[in-house]
Amino acid sequence: MRDARRLPPADWIKANLVSTWGNAILTIISVAAIALLVWRALDWGLFSAVLSGKDGSACARPGAGACWPFITHKLGLFMYGRYPAPERWRVDLTYLLALAGLVPLMIPRVPGKLWLSLYLLVVFPIVGFLLVRGGVPGLPYVSTELWGGLFLTLVVASVGIAASFPIGILLALGRRSELPIVRWASIAFIEFVRGVPLVTVLFMASVMLPLFLPPDVTFDKLLRALIGVALFSAAYLAEVIRGGLQAIPRGQYEAADALGLSYAQKMGFIVLPQALKLVIPGIVNSFISLFKDTSLVLIIGLFDLLGIVQQSISADAKWFSPQTAATGYVFAGAVFWVFCFGMSRYSAFLERHLAAGDKR
Amino acid sequence: MTRRLTKSVQALRSLDWLYDRKVRGIIFQVALVVALLVAGYEIVSNTAENLKKQNLASGFGFLSKTASFDISQTLIEYRSTMSYGRAFLVGLLNTLLVSGLGIVLATLLGFAIGLGRLSHNWIVARLSTAYVEIVRNIPLLLQLFVWYIGVLRAMPMPQQALALGPAQIDVRGVHLPRLVLYGEVGWILLIALACSIVWALVLARWARRRQIETGETFPAAAAGLGVIAGIPLLALLLLGVPIGLRYPRLGPYNFEDGLTIEPEFLALLAGLTFYTAAFIAEIVRSGIEAVPRGQKEAAAALGLRPWQVQRLVVIPQALRVIIPPLTNQFLNLTKNSSLAVAIGYPDLVSVFAGTVLNQTNQAVEVILITMGVYLAISLLTALAMNWFNARMALVER
Repeated sequence: MRDARRLPPADWIKANLVSTWGNAILTIISVAAIALLVWRALDWGLFSAVLSGKDGSACARPGAGACWPFITHKLGLFMYGRYPAPERWRVDLTYLLALAGLVPLMIPRVPGKLWLSLYLLVVFPIVGFLLVRGGVPGLPYVSTELWGGLFLTLVVASVGIAASFPIGILLALGRRSELPIVRWASIAFIEFVRGVPLVTVLFMASVMLPLFLPPDVTFDKLLRALIGVALFSAAYLAEVIRGGLQAIPRGQYEAADALGLSYAQKMGFIVLPQALKLVIPGIVNSFISLFKDTSLVLIIGLFDLLGIVQQSISADAKWFSPQTAATGYVFAGAVFWVFCFGMSRYSAFLERHLAAGDKR
Repeated sequence: MTRRLTKSVQALRSLDWLYDRKVRGIIFQVALVVALLVAGYEIVSNTAENLKKQNLASGFGFLSKTASFDISQTLIEYRSTMSYGRAFLVGLLNTLLVSGLGIVLATLLGFAIGLGRLSHNWIVARLSTAYVEIVRNIPLLLQLFVWYIGVLRAMPMPQQALALGPAQIDVRGVHLPRLVLYGEVGWILLIALACSIVWALVLARWARRRQIETGETFPAAAAGLGVIAGIPLLALLLLGVPIGLRYPRLGPYNFEDGLTIEPEFLALLAGLTFYTAAFIAEIVRSGIEAVPRGQKEAAAALGLRPWQVQRLVVIPQALRVIIPPLTNQFLNLTKNSSLAVAIGYPDLVSVFAGTVLNQTNQAVEVILITMGVYLAISLLTALAMNWFNARMALVER
């Protein structure tokens, strides 16, 4: 080690040049790899791709790339599942109603966040549910068994997050409660759920839940999955929110007590607004994992986007070709990626925005 | 009038205890306990009634009944005439195998990509970032399908198998040469290995003590590895190398004689490794970035070489930040291995909560056992990692 300090400049340059040589080789390899990948991707997706055709035979020629007609012919199925085609405008209208609330809520400058949240959490779910399920005058009933594709993915994800949010807050407060029984009950629930895979929770919701209920009560398969997903996600959300609660300085709690606020007032007006604001990025991250996890409902026989793509690949003989599977997976992967990457970018933006607010 | 007022004030006062925090806490908790008990009773009685109605058995007696189904990959001896309990063990071992291997591979790949994100080479850093952002934003289940159906099931039939060195790759998996040990050589090698590990440990202790006492360093890691590799090799040579390789050879329908790695196992392992590595890379990057710049500068000022700065100063400090979230990823990987059920790898969930549940219909027992296993793995890992973390934690005076 004493020698290193006395290293002559020539050796020093040599050591760094050699490392740069390594870097140069690394650069050449990387550039070659990128060029090859980009070329293969362009060739597969564009130059050699099959752009039109009525069935898989069009894509069966040797050397063919992506089988895009598989996607264009089945786009309706992938987006809405078996939801009857003449009624699909109802789903689109529900999307519009959701966007009308979500877009202004997501832009920090737009005022009226409280009203927007109320609209999204109370008005929209009722209207949206009646709209897509029907069974009211003017709207024929559409059984949840027909729901599928991206629509089902969005239903499971948004109901999951909306239902898990209040449960998560209660669990987080319970875990930090001074009451031992409340605390231990919350810890037991959170650690139990976090210790087991979602697949087993879904199995439990699908095969055990019906056993737990009185014999005359029956449950929709979708509702069972939703309960499982919501409880699972609530446990993870509770840990995120607990992090926020722990970050609030003690003085805030004590000041609230000194003002004579009740527990509900203290938490509702002082602690939670600050804590939740702190953990918004973490909440968005849980939403991203929840969004990806919705694909697991195919294991209990619901057809979300991935489920319906997978079913079309493996069970539709009409579209059988060597490239069908790859095309389907690329399509489904791209849709999932756009949603998740978009959310993660938004989370990063919020993080910067909130940090800027604190710096002022 | 005044009297009545005083009386009502007194009546209100007598209700003061209702506003006492402690009393409210007790009332609230008693209510919670009662609610939980009622819910528990409802669940138990409903379940009992439902089971009776559907004529389903209960209890754990089914574990000793004959399983009568086959499992494609078994680490221990298993035949369809063995019990459900044995099938459970086979599934559990398969879960542990894929999780253990996945953890090792994902950690290696994750560290490589995490360091790649911090590389001074611009292109390497960008490539690593692209990998992380693409892989972690696509559901694992989709990636498993891609590996299984898109890659491994798309391999040629056995007759046109791809030869990759000594390995043969076809639609039924990867066929490798199998190591054959003649006579008692396996035991001798095992004993030699145990002896060499003990020797290496003693060597490491001696080297550390000498460094503390005299300051002289000794390449204990290299010497230890040499001992561990050398002694069994020497034993092998002394015995006249009584081992051989049995190469896979194409039979009428399939490859025979070699060691076959099932495509389901490979797909699950690849999916878990590449998916988890993206998360580990982020953990490694943020852990290394969390080490203050002053530490590196101070180490360089002391005259440490760049690799010494990394190995002796940066990485030990980064590990403190990295280990807790890394543990979480290990647990996530283990839990995610349950997605095996979607591609037919015979893991615990697939064998037990799948086939056994369908055959016995004992949903409550089967699901509870399955969940119990994952809970136990989680708790044991948490305990082990807490112990490790306590050893690694900063000792503050």
